[in-house]
Amino acid sequence: MAASPKFALSLRRLSCSPGVVARYAPRYTPAAQVRWNTSNSATTSATTEPRQPDAEGGVKGKTAAAKAIKFTSDSYPELQRDSKFSQLTQDHVKYFQELLGSESAVIDGVSKDASEDIEPFNADWMRKYRGHSQLVLKPKSTEEVSKILKYCNDNLLAVVPQGGNTGLVGGSVPVFDEVVINMQRMNNIRSFDEVSGILVADAGVILEVADNFLAEKNHIFPLDLGAKGSCHIGGNVATNAGGLRLLRYGSLHGNVLGIEAVLPDGTIMDDLCTLRKNNTGYDLKQLFIGGEGTIGIITAVSILTPQRSQAMNVAYFGLESYEKCQEAFRAAKGHLSEVLSAFELMDGRTQKLLHKATGKKLPLEDEHPFYCLIETSGSNTDHDSEKLQNFLEHVMETEIVSDGVLAQDQTQIKELWACREGIPEILGHWGGVYKYDLSLPIADMYALVNDVRDRLTEAGLVGDDESHPVVDVVGYGHMGDANLHLNIPTRRFDKEVEKQLEPFVYEWVQGKSGSISAEHGLGIAKKAFIGYSRSETMVKLMKQIKNLYDPNGIMNPYKYI
Amino acid sequence: MSGLRILVPIKRVVDYAVKPRVNRAQTAVETASVKHSMNPFDELSIEEAVRLRERKVPVSEIVAFSAGPPKAQDILRTAMAMGADRGIHVQLAEKEELEPLGVAKLLQKVVEKEKSDLVILGKQSIDDDAGQTGQMLAGLLGWSQATQASQVKIEGDSVTVTREVDGGVETLKAKLPMVITTDLRLNEPRYASLPNIMKAKKKPLEKKTLKDFEVDITNRLKTLKVTEPPARKGGVKVEDVDGMIAKLKELGAL
Repeated sequence: MAASPKFALSLRRLSCSPGVVARYAPRYTPAAQVRWNTSNSATTSATTEPRQPDAEGGVKGKTAAAKAIKFTSDSYPELQRDSKFSQLTQDHVKYFQELLGSESAVIDGVSKDASEDIEPFNADWMRKYRGHSQLVLKPKSTEEVSKILKYCNDNLLAVVPQGGNTGLVGGSVPVFDEVVINMQRMNNIRSFDEVSGILVADAGVILEVADNFLAEKNHIFPLDLGAKGSCHIGGNVATNAGGLRLLRYGSLHGNVLGIEAVLPDGTIMDDLCTLRKNNTGYDLKQLFIGGEGTIGIITAVSILTPQRSQAMNVAYFGLESYEKCQEAFRAAKGHLSEVLSAFELMDGRTQKLLHKATGKKLPLEDEHPFYCLIETSGSNTDHDSEKLQNFLEHVMETEIVSDGVLAQDQTQIKELWACREGIPEILGHWGGVYKYDLSLPIADMYALVNDVRDRLTEAGLVGDDESHPVVDVVGYGHMGDANLHLNIPTRRFDKEVEKQLEPFVYEWVQGKSGSISAEHGLGIAKKAFIGYSRSETMVKLMKQIKNLYDPNGIMNPYKYI
Repeated sequence: MSGLRILVPIKRVVDYAVKPRVNRAQTAVETASVKHSMNPFDELSIEEAVRLRERKVPVSEIVAFSAGPPKAQDILRTAMAMGADRGIHVQLAEKEELEPLGVAKLLQKVVEKEKSDLVILGKQSIDDDAGQTGQMLAGLLGWSQATQASQVKIEGDSVTVTREVDGGVETLKAKLPMVITTDLRLNEPRYASLPNIMKAKKKPLEKKTLKDFEVDITNRLKTLKVTEPPARKGGVKVEDVDGMIAKLKELGAL
């Protein structure tokens, strides 16, 4: 998320010197307004996303006490701790200490006060969810995970599996006093086969570390996302993360060849298969991909990694309507076919806000209602350029695109990408954002944004000045995957806005047979809304699976389904 | 006067965002299948020439010039997409390298042939970082020179150039013809827009060889060895303050 270093820097400065801000508070209006009190926002299922975690695992500029975050149990008063779970005792802690040996592997808040140390594991990076856990375990091997889970299952202790804790729906943090099982110490790359491109690695390997490892071997991890410096590949698989490369390399359901996981009763499911083809029985690993840690903990994955492309080109277009964007997408598939690696959509409003918030000059002189970003990557520069030239000539001549630019060097490639990747960051500039991550039929994708905008405008909530809570209603996303990010940047939290948004957005999506969570998952945020995308029968079948593998319900309770 | 005839020499170099790697023989950096693009300082030169025209300074022609391998034509097309009127390409063999003096001599001939009265060059190319060509060219031509410009103003035949120096700015004034080299603060180069990229394909690109210019470009320098900078040594973790003090003493830092 290197969209605007200056902007990020100013944010960091702002929040690193609370004393200064406080002292001058009466006459000093910060350039970037401080987010509203997050505790209020948890009443909607929309995610609020301030900034992505940085490489060190912290959020840029985060120094404020985590204690200011409201407890999830307070934001969701309807949730009650399940009384069937045991209370943690010193005996439990002692067992784990003996099991894991090393002192740093157990953060014990039961027998002493360790709230400071535990806080980062209790709270999520969006500062929206916070649990009451008093025990964090960091196993180093699959056997340790197995023993932990068996003990927890026998003693009815609820657990939360946790990776890099970069999720967007509160799935990786506890709600009540669940034991956090953090995978960060299981971070070995086990093997890599240069011929087949199959990587086998522990669940706790950081995505960027895996990708850098593969880069040296001329391969690429088939997944890329903003939080890559912090997120774990185990967590990526458990949440079936989507990201920027999905169009080209497909979903993790296809790329993951095998999984090693531990079931709640301690059974080690060793399905760490390195075969591309294996038609022998039910494909059980698929249950763990996107299972969000509700039936077991993934301890290792084997994944098929493609060859890294040598040549890369990026173009950025202005278009006059959403229909033209669809035409451009079809033309791109036709002309670029196998070298097309990303097709991203941004509406004109996001680009205008980007310009407003960062002061950055946009690549195109004139304003356009829609923008698209196209990336090609292939093995041969000349071959790619020729294809791209033909495509560009075609879309210019047939007037599918009104204007556009082509990156001439690596720096321009980054700058053009920043016009897309910088959007989530700048939308928080005015206060906060209601975010929806939706899958819709591609033809109807943008109609939702217009409908929501009309609805909020009619209600008199959208405006340019302080008296209106909503700054604008914008849409962007992965056009290639028919995945829309509907975002509503706002100046402040407002009940009225939420009333207009929900359940309107979900009903709209349901009407088009779309999905209310395309790539972010369910976690705690979307649990209640699964009915908009899945039938009762489907949910019932899912619950049967859950009960089969986790009869005591200790795995990541209160979430998912 | 009928308007300025501006010459902008540009060079194709390893993209500045790419981490260069030394080749196995340790004779140069690896260039095969590495992303190349226009030297960033040369982008500033083109941009400035185009902006002069946009600021209504009478400019009759902007000529982009490059001496390099066949692929150098790509950056000449980019220059024309940004606003140069035509290009001249002196084709060199794939591994052939010119030294700054050779380039300056070559440019002297080009200036004479094209009757240029303003040459805008990047202050240096980021591959060899010599930073000499502009100055040598001015010397050979006997023209005024202003290096590392951060602002250029032209009124009639008088040119005012601002350059950033330690602790302030220096303002130079000279008469045309002259040589100007550009620095990063001068402007922000534009993107090559698609319509302009299409138009640039139809602009004339003249192909030449070194023989056409009859200059002595014999190289005088010899590269002995190219090596990577020594790798940074990893740090060590100490157990406590005493451990740190002991370690610092051991290293002679205390």
